[in-house]
Amino acid sequence: MSIHRIYAILLRQFYLIRGSFTRMVPLFIWVVIDIVLWGFMSRYLNSVVPAGLDFIPVILGAVLLWDFFLRIMQGVTMVFFEDVWSRNFLNIFASPLLISEYIIGLVLSSIATSCVGVIMMLILATGFFGLSFAVYGLMLVPFIFVLFLFGIAMGVLGCAVVLRFGPAAEWLIWPLPALIAPFAGVFYPLSTLPPWMQIIAHAVPPSYVFESMRVMASGGSVPLAPLLASITLAALYVILACKFFTATYRHAVRTGLIARYSAENLG
Amino acid sequence: MPEHILSISNLCKNYGDKAAVAGVSFDVAPGEIVGLLGPNGAGKTTTINMILGVLEPSAGTVSIDGLDIQKHRSPALTRTNFAAVYAPLPGNLTVTENLHFFGLLYGVKDITARIEALMAQFGLEAFRRVKCGALSSGEQTRLCLAKAMLNQPKLLLLDEPTASLDPSTARDIRQKIRGFTVGGTGGVLWTSHNMHEVEVVCDRVLFLSHGKILLQGDPKTLPAQHGKASLEDLFITVAREPLTLSDG
Repeated sequence: MSIHRIYAILLRQFYLIRGSFTRMVPLFIWVVIDIVLWGFMSRYLNSVVPAGLDFIPVILGAVLLWDFFLRIMQGVTMVFFEDVWSRNFLNIFASPLLISEYIIGLVLSSIATSCVGVIMMLILATGFFGLSFAVYGLMLVPFIFVLFLFGIAMGVLGCAVVLRFGPAAEWLIWPLPALIAPFAGVFYPLSTLPPWMQIIAHAVPPSYVFESMRVMASGGSVPLAPLLASITLAALYVILACKFFTATYRHAVRTGLIARYSAENLG
Repeated sequence: MPEHILSISNLCKNYGDKAAVAGVSFDVAPGEIVGLLGPNGAGKTTTINMILGVLEPSAGTVSIDGLDIQKHRSPALTRTNFAAVYAPLPGNLTVTENLHFFGLLYGVKDITARIEALMAQFGLEAFRRVKCGALSSGEQTRLCLAKAMLNQPKLLLLDEPTASLDPSTARDIRQKIRGFTVGGTGGVLWTSHNMHEVEVVCDRVLFLSHGKILLQGDPKTLPAQHGKASLEDLFITVAREPLTLSDG
């Protein structure tokens, strides 16, 4: 494992963002839009619902954490897509870079870029809409950890799918969070869902986070066991996603896809 | 220290029933420039891809500086580098950024000084802050060669390195690559369709046809050995009538 090679992946992303207005703006523009939109929505709900129920931590807090998951996932895939868009696979994979170093580089780049969005979200949500995470206390740490792990897992899975099926498969990856969202129960309890959806929801780690948030916001206490199960589940998904990426890479090396990677020959 | 920089033994690559490379064996010694020649589809790029570890052989071994590429991929590739017309550097990074990025990937020591030296050597100083996508094809080729020299590789793979260069720049580049081998530590595997260039540069050539080595020898004497006036005539015969030739 070489720190220099991991640093290279991180530095390359810094170079790309530094030199491109169109890469810099999306780091925070969507989270700002989300916070503003859901911030006003939460305020409105607070004004029409009887006093005692505060929607700011329930809805705006959930939006903020869901956006954190999105930033992490997209942070991973964006770094990979840069190599797809610039047709850089041959240069990258014919270098001494190990697949494990590449994945760690993707994750670290994602953490760095996600921080920009999260800081912007926190400033807006706490400063403008009065969001406070005090109600969640230290439980916020496992909440964020679960979403971080699941974001990494989905990001690496997305990279593997695009590596396997070609650049056109990018369009399968962008809507993936929207596909997961109904099962994650970001805005509603899982009991709202029909039984078959609830079964799937229990396999989606963020569902435990958002269920726990609602319980805590309404003054209840959260049992640790389900949350620990969600951490284990998310960690398992990270391992499976990394194994899937490695297997996809090996398949691409065996069949020659790495050497002649383009939309035309893989479609 | 191994006798050869590159040793290839019985290398095969099959796609279904079709053999793209069928039992190729050869070596590259330190200080030697070996030309890998053949018509389109002969298996040159497939062979290079297997040497670079981006294509898994169906059978056979590739050893770089004594390291098997399948078992010791990363250390073997640290001793290797390449430039190919079909692998330009990312156009969204500047010249300096690209060289810095690849310098880190290849573990180059004193990277800033090395980049400055290569930019001077390949006439890239004026483009240091230019995005590579904005460079002319000749400038991009020079940049790819600078990247290929970053880690002072023991094995340099060049797939048509002068294809998009004007004759003057091509001659200059040939001299630089020739100079790379003068010290005697690095070896070069070179593919080109320019037979004049091959004759000038290569110490030895291998003619590939249908995934097999058909002929090999000194590019200056090989045509006469097979009754041909020039290397180009020999190439055309390999492409059109390979069955009339055999490695004597």
